[in-house]
Amino acid sequence: MSPKTLYDKIWDAHLVHEADDGTCLLYIDRHLVHEVTSPQAFEGLRMAGRTVHAPDKTIGVPDHNVPTTLDRANAATMTEDSRIQVEALDKNAKDFGIHYYPVSDVRQGIVHIVGPEQGWTLPGMTVVCGDSHTATHGAFGALAHGIGTSEVEHVLATQTLIQRKGKNMKVEITGKLAPGVTAKDITLSVIGKTGTAGGTGYVIEYCGEAIRDLSMEGRMTVCNMAIEGGARAGLIAPDEKTFEYCKGRPHAPKGAQWEAAMTWWKTLFSDEDAHWDKVVTIRGEDIAPVVTWGTSPEDVLPITASVPAPSDFKGGKVDAARRSLDYMGLTAGTPLAEVPIDTVFIGSCTNGRIEDLRAAAAILKGKKIKDGLRAMVVPGSGLVRAQAEEEGLAQIFIDAGFEWRLAGCSMCLAMNPDQLAPGERCAATSNRNFEGRQGKGGRTHLMSPAMAAAAAVTGRLTDVREMM
Amino acid sequence: MEKFEKLTGIAAPMDMINIDTDMIIPKQFLKTIKRSGLGVNLFDEMRYLDDGSENPDFVLNKPAYRNAEILVTGDNFGCGSSREHAPWAIKDFGIRCVIAPGFADIFFNNCFKNGILPVVLPQEQVDVLMKDAEKGANARMTVDLDAQTITTSDGETISFEVDAFRKHCLMNGLDDIGLTLEKAPAIETFEAQAATSRPWV
Repeated sequence: MSPKTLYDKIWDAHLVHEADDGTCLLYIDRHLVHEVTSPQAFEGLRMAGRTVHAPDKTIGVPDHNVPTTLDRANAATMTEDSRIQVEALDKNAKDFGIHYYPVSDVRQGIVHIVGPEQGWTLPGMTVVCGDSHTATHGAFGALAHGIGTSEVEHVLATQTLIQRKGKNMKVEITGKLAPGVTAKDITLSVIGKTGTAGGTGYVIEYCGEAIRDLSMEGRMTVCNMAIEGGARAGLIAPDEKTFEYCKGRPHAPKGAQWEAAMTWWKTLFSDEDAHWDKVVTIRGEDIAPVVTWGTSPEDVLPITASVPAPSDFKGGKVDAARRSLDYMGLTAGTPLAEVPIDTVFIGSCTNGRIEDLRAAAAILKGKKIKDGLRAMVVPGSGLVRAQAEEEGLAQIFIDAGFEWRLAGCSMCLAMNPDQLAPGERCAATSNRNFEGRQGKGGRTHLMSPAMAAAAAVTGRLTDVREMM
Repeated sequence: MEKFEKLTGIAAPMDMINIDTDMIIPKQFLKTIKRSGLGVNLFDEMRYLDDGSENPDFVLNKPAYRNAEILVTGDNFGCGSSREHAPWAIKDFGIRCVIAPGFADIFFNNCFKNGILPVVLPQEQVDVLMKDAEKGANARMTVDLDAQTITTSDGETISFEVDAFRKHCLMNGLDDIGLTLEKAPAIETFEAQAATSRPWV
């Protein structure tokens, strides 16, 4: 048998049909739905008189729109259009009989945090969701990617997707990370190197010592941003850490089924002689704590660097950089560590898990945020929030001057009331620094939770290593 | 789905790289439970000034391009989120074909589900079409999906590649779900086998 990559193996195990022209029908093991990209899909089913093919493999949770303030049980905190979307999901979940975590459930949270937390996401699975950050689930050695609403409807109706196979790309991070360098710095540094279109048409497998050394939560952070590098999916071969994480979760297999699953899961790795269409290698030791300076996730620099000039770039990027600097209100040559901020946002499917909150709290313990700064922590799920309270992290955030919120997507995409004002500059642990992403005219600098916490203390972009 | 066969129309030039889905349709317009009506908010933040009036400098607000049916643009168009609201807004505005050196995967895929033809061409050929589009309303381009060609207002013809299955679906306005349901026996067979080989799923 010819050697295969991990992606090849998962693909082959889910192939229902392949046409002569290479168009494939791929079986989907888990379909996650949220309130923003699903209403039109459910409506389409109704209009055609169709049902959900596999409601047991379909999991719904509202996250994008929901308020994160403590008074959110009061429906008046939601705008009418948001409330209609959440109510539509409530109704669709009930009518079509899918698994559901409503806003009132302590397990509610960001769909990409809830899936792994509840054991829905397992190695070797195909996982889709009408959200581009579905790549997160690739951390388990699952083939996971975002889909559009027409495809959501297609998966609901058939439990399959029409696909063409992508190419294989290996991203290897060798060696050890230096102190203060995190999974977020890895994933941003990769995008900084390959560009936001570098992964287009590929599925990325992240590997190497620095990736193996990451916890499952760190691996989720890395895979989460595969899409920011253009790759629909990023994945990491499962290992003992993966199995340990999955074991005992509510929807993970038990007993004999667990043993059977483990037997297969242990075969899920890329064969030694597998063919790679593209290989990128970065030395772990060369990765620094980074921040973004522009309006594309590829605009990445070490915190010790200065704001670049448009003339530092080539081609279409010259104009793009000029536009970015203008939008961001930055002058070329300014040291990044001198850029003052107004707001800090810690949360999102990229960095809203318990280890992210621990890393931020470790920096904030016994300290206060800079006077006049607005700072909020939005845990990724109700269970993350409860655990952070139990561990005393919530109190550290509150004592430092942070708002301690309920779970949701919040200011990562600002569909709920958590938004930046025009010109407001934010140190954010989320995944996109696009124009207007966190609110019209808002300026976003992406970074790790520890870096965001350090910025909260000083009121400017800060090298976290100075505070360790 | 609306068929796409052949289109002759005005092409709008938008010479920017990395136009993301937040630029195409900002998040505040995603709170709809319908597919229609998003055209008025296409490129909202670039298209309107803070007071809500039209930005006269934005290409689709210029008299020549208000009825554009083709968009010629820069690399990595449609990067970012999976929101199908982006192609819905483009289609609702009246644009049926987007030409660029490259597209983000999910956006590219979403176009075909909505009767929009995304065409990938080398940068030099996009540059030719960009120049042609810059001539304004009198310079009409023709996109012929059957022949897989684009003809400029000067009569220069450029060929493009398109996946055969996607072309077939676009030209005939076929519904993917209907096509897949014809393969229901294969799906059932797969599920029966998986119930034995991967019962935990």
